Amino acid sequence: MNLTWTLVIFAVVMILIWRFLGSYLAAVYEGRVRYLRFVEGPIYRLIGVDPEVEQSWQRYAGSVISYSAVAILVVYGMLRLQGSLPLNPQHLGAVGPALSWNTAISFLTNTNWQAYSGESTMSYLSQMGALAVQNFASASVGIAVAIALVRGFARRGSPTIGNFWVDLVRGVVYVLLPISLVAAVIFIGQGAIQTFAGPVTIHDALNHVTQVIPRGPFGSQEAIKQLGTNGGGTYNANGATPFENPTAFTNFLSIVLLLAIPFALTYTFGKMVGSFRQGVSVVAAMIILFGAWVAMGEIAEHGTNPAIAKAGLTFQPGGNVEGKEVRFGVSDSIFYNVASTQTSTGSVDAANDSLTPIGGFTVLTGMMLGEVSPGGTGSGLYTILLFAIITVFIGGLMVGRTPEFLGKKIQSKEVKLAALGVLIMPIVVLMLTGIAVSIHAGRVGPLNHGPHGFTEILYAFTSMANNNGSAFAGLNANTAFYNVAGGIAMLLGRFVVMIPCLAMAGVLAAKQAVPASVGTFKTDTPMFTGLLLGVILIVGALTFFPAVSLGPIVEQLLSRKFF
Amino acid sequence: MTTDTTTDTTTRPAAHGVAERRGLFDREILGRASIDAVRKLDPRVEIRNPVMFVVLIGAIVTLVESIAHPGIFTWSVTIWLFLTVLFANFAEAVAEGRGKAQADTLRKMRADTEARLLNADGEETRVAAGALAKGNVVVCEAGDIVPSDGEIIEGVASVDESAITGESAPVIRESGGDRSAVTGGTKVLSDRILVRITAERGHTFLDRMISLVEGASRQKTPNEVALTILLAALTIIFLPVVVVLQPFAHYSGNSVQVVVLVSLLVCLIPTTIGALLSAIGIAGMDRLVQRNVLAMSGRAVEAAGDVQTLLLDKTGTITLGNRMASSFTPVGGHDEREVAEAAQLASLADETPEGRSIVVLAKDRFNIREQALGPHEFVPFSALTRMSGLDAGDRQIRKGAADSVRQWVIGQGGSIPPELDGIVERVARAGSTPLVVADGPAVVGVIELKDIVKEGIQERFAAMRAMGIRTVMITGDNPLTAAAIAAEAGVDDYLSEATPERKMALIRSEQEDGKLVAMTGDGTNDAPALAQADVGVAMNTGTSAAKEAGNMVDLDSNPTKLIDIVEIGKQLLITRGALTTFSIANDVAKYFAIIPVLFAGTYKVLNRLNIMHLHNASSAVLAAVIFNALIIIALIPLALRGVRFRPMSASAILRRNVWIFGVGGVILPFLGIKLIDLILTATGAY
Repeated sequence: MNLTWTLVIFAVVMILIWRFLGSYLAAVYEGRVRYLRFVEGPIYRLIGVDPEVEQSWQRYAGSVISYSAVAILVVYGMLRLQGSLPLNPQHLGAVGPALSWNTAISFLTNTNWQAYSGESTMSYLSQMGALAVQNFASASVGIAVAIALVRGFARRGSPTIGNFWVDLVRGVVYVLLPISLVAAVIFIGQGAIQTFAGPVTIHDALNHVTQVIPRGPFGSQEAIKQLGTNGGGTYNANGATPFENPTAFTNFLSIVLLLAIPFALTYTFGKMVGSFRQGVSVVAAMIILFGAWVAMGEIAEHGTNPAIAKAGLTFQPGGNVEGKEVRFGVSDSIFYNVASTQTSTGSVDAANDSLTPIGGFTVLTGMMLGEVSPGGTGSGLYTILLFAIITVFIGGLMVGRTPEFLGKKIQSKEVKLAALGVLIMPIVVLMLTGIAVSIHAGRVGPLNHGPHGFTEILYAFTSMANNNGSAFAGLNANTAFYNVAGGIAMLLGRFVVMIPCLAMAGVLAAKQAVPASVGTFKTDTPMFTGLLLGVILIVGALTFFPAVSLGPIVEQLLSRKFF
Repeated sequence: MTTDTTTDTTTRPAAHGVAERRGLFDREILGRASIDAVRKLDPRVEIRNPVMFVVLIGAIVTLVESIAHPGIFTWSVTIWLFLTVLFANFAEAVAEGRGKAQADTLRKMRADTEARLLNADGEETRVAAGALAKGNVVVCEAGDIVPSDGEIIEGVASVDESAITGESAPVIRESGGDRSAVTGGTKVLSDRILVRITAERGHTFLDRMISLVEGASRQKTPNEVALTILLAALTIIFLPVVVVLQPFAHYSGNSVQVVVLVSLLVCLIPTTIGALLSAIGIAGMDRLVQRNVLAMSGRAVEAAGDVQTLLLDKTGTITLGNRMASSFTPVGGHDEREVAEAAQLASLADETPEGRSIVVLAKDRFNIREQALGPHEFVPFSALTRMSGLDAGDRQIRKGAADSVRQWVIGQGGSIPPELDGIVERVARAGSTPLVVADGPAVVGVIELKDIVKEGIQERFAAMRAMGIRTVMITGDNPLTAAAIAAEAGVDDYLSEATPERKMALIRSEQEDGKLVAMTGDGTNDAPALAQADVGVAMNTGTSAAKEAGNMVDLDSNPTKLIDIVEIGKQLLITRGALTTFSIANDVAKYFAIIPVLFAGTYKVLNRLNIMHLHNASSAVLAAVIFNALIIIALIPLALRGVRFRPMSASAILRRNVWIFGVGGVILPFLGIKLIDLILTATGAY
């Protein structure tokens, strides 16, 4: 299937998902859908929550934190005790403390950064009981926070922003589980592996080679890996192995699944605040960024690989095939990779390390813009709304009114929270990269020297602080330094954005709304979309331009006569 | 409204009083500002402005570097960094300068006057004005300066208030009612009054005015605080961006000069808006003062920009103060001339503007002049009869409200012509006031007193509507009349038969909808509403209760100025937003100037990003630093005057400003830095 048709079908499918999943999500979180009451009810009784009682933002945030702390401990414990727990046909031992810390945080924060190879490190129980559970829960937490922020805009004079436990449970029960159930059956039907039978040993008599092929109940995890923008593969090769991603159709389905909720949430946002156009103006910014980055990646990878050209092979009619999943070709592979770095998924179809410098620039900067195009489940929406608040503040001043967004005045508290949420990621990325390149433990990490090695380190921290989880490869990340520093990056990148979002939700929900007039800065227009894009791009460019110029940009300049 | 109302201050004829006119760049002010700029280098003062504080620290760091490694480049950067801070201080000092000059003028006026204190036993003692306490009673006679703020408890006098308002025509002040307040520092021109002092020592209107124009009690407004937070955040983010460049450079086998890193940091943090922010705020207050409006807080000025509903009193704001006779309509077989004649006679002794306008109309239309009358007696208007007129022999002529005259005529044994009701109603429906004229038992006709809507007011309301502001006319008229005038003036809504209670209820209901309300008022009964409104402009002629309740005082007592106030409030915010956008947009060019040369040691190829083709590393960095400093000076006039504001929709304003300050802000520094680089290269030093 050629790229054009892929894109046409993709666009049609996405529009339908945006519209219908978006309105379904609104119904779920407004409590209008109740057909799974018999599942919900017992859960609330089990955890002792009254679903009718709402929480203030402080209580909501407290619930998020206490839930997260417990979840980290549980996952950490399960990984450390792996050797003594059942469902471990390969008899894999305990996971080391640094790696367990990193992995527990990684799955809890929806990052799914993996400093290990899944098939040779994790038992079936760890995969299913620890990591896959977090794939559902972390996605649901992300959506919950986004919905809480949307409620902040939608409500007037309200002391509460919803109940975290209810939002968490409803997200899993009504959204993630049903969709994953259907999608997982498709993945398995297409050939993704699903068995408890343990690894098989194959003896190739002709070549006298014995190969152990790890297997497991992995097909069932494929759907939530994509749908929850998690991206953590059960195999190291992730989407590039047929056991996880068997056919071109599952490849397409993966892309659709990982974009589904982040895009659809913009419709939910519009619906819940009572302005369809507001949702459109936000999703338009996401689509433009996403489209531009996909185009940039496609153009770069259909061009020549400068490293190969240097070796004398200047004629590369198929584009840069190096490191691509050959079953899908250049177009689909790079589309998959760009989609997964623009959401916070991070699953891969092609080796990012082998992309052209501009291709590498594409996946790297896609994350650096703050993961808003469309970003992770929930995190994409709440992050872009923080950018929108800053946009409204600057734009609103320019029309001579105290800025308002959806009728809510944007004052010092809102600006403070939005600035904190937007700026923590670049600060974490730059500081940790700065430390890594300064100390021995960091400098031994990258495989390559010079700008490419620099990009490998920068990419790792960008990926972790953005809770993306994709790896540029080439970096030996399973060291105490990278595991611990990465864990810190992931925690800060997740919670120092979430908590300000919840505080913002609380502050906004308590406010009354100012009615709009022709004197109001309109936030549902192409002009607003343009300004929002401008703010996202300028904040990204201003913070990362020097760093990126030492990585992919200089690499591109070094390898070519022209730019 | 086609003229640019907020910038025409500079072309208006000179006023005096508070708004003593000084050019934006009066030499005396500039001199004083230059000294203040150096004085403000004190870190304890500078820290209030986080952005410039960082620049100051940077300048000190490069100073140390320059001493350690002297060189023309390091010294040049150091000097220009200090200049950047000085320019910012200078901008603030210039903005404050005008206020300080005005405060000096006012202080001279406060120079101790003597007060004639009236003791309880009726004795007069002379005391210093400063010794007066609240509740004291003083005597003021022609030639005396009113010693402090107070209320006239006895007498009537003409007072020259030009010292405060700049208006040279004397005003009448009398005890009781809404014209009883006198202000300290004004001069009594005639008669004798007893004044009860209402202000505490040091808290007189004059004292407040001095501290307001001087900006002594200036606090950051909510919006300014929010913007400062954003600017601080933008400053904080660039610290790690720049700091980590050194390890990045080391990793790439290179090292970057500290001076260059500091230069990059200063260029990236939003110095332009950081330098001008407080100047913009002070200048906004000052623009109000130039228009003879005193805002009690910057918060009120900002709120003015947010106002969505304007409550405007009909009389004096929308219509000229007085109604004018515009036609005579005969009834009962009389002709128009007879009506005019009777009306003129009935109004001869009527000194009200309405009465005089009847005499004038009669003269204009039928050339009826004063006539020789036999023995006659005027019947003045009374609230009881609601009629006035004259008795000459057996002839009794009356004019007045329709029902009163009708009753009087019936009482005289006359009959009411059937067409009268129709005519009276027609006149009222047109927004005018009908007066019925009767000559003895015969109803002669109807005089139409018309409200004259001010010229050009419709256009102003249309401009308000374009800005999204709803105008509501407040009037004591009946709904019929109110509707007609509202339609003629083009207001969006009206409140008829207004009472203070109804006015208050209207403000409350607008505020409950989340709207900000502005209003003007002068009477004591306006005080609660003035306090309730988000922007309450009290007229200086009004009572001290009204002045206390409002958050602005209009010294000219011109209610139409509310519209100017709203525009100034908007202009203030727009200027801040525009310069913030400009400041951030500037960074793009600075990156392209500095980054290519930053790592030139390791990666010569990065010089391909040197799209401006700057001469070399030193000239590129220095050019960016110099541009960054000079742009502050270049924008001071804009910060003080404010971005040009025209009433139009938010979308149109935004489009215009995004183009000028956003897109322009990206392009301009490319040109500016290149130009400075050319000049630096030409000097041959680099």
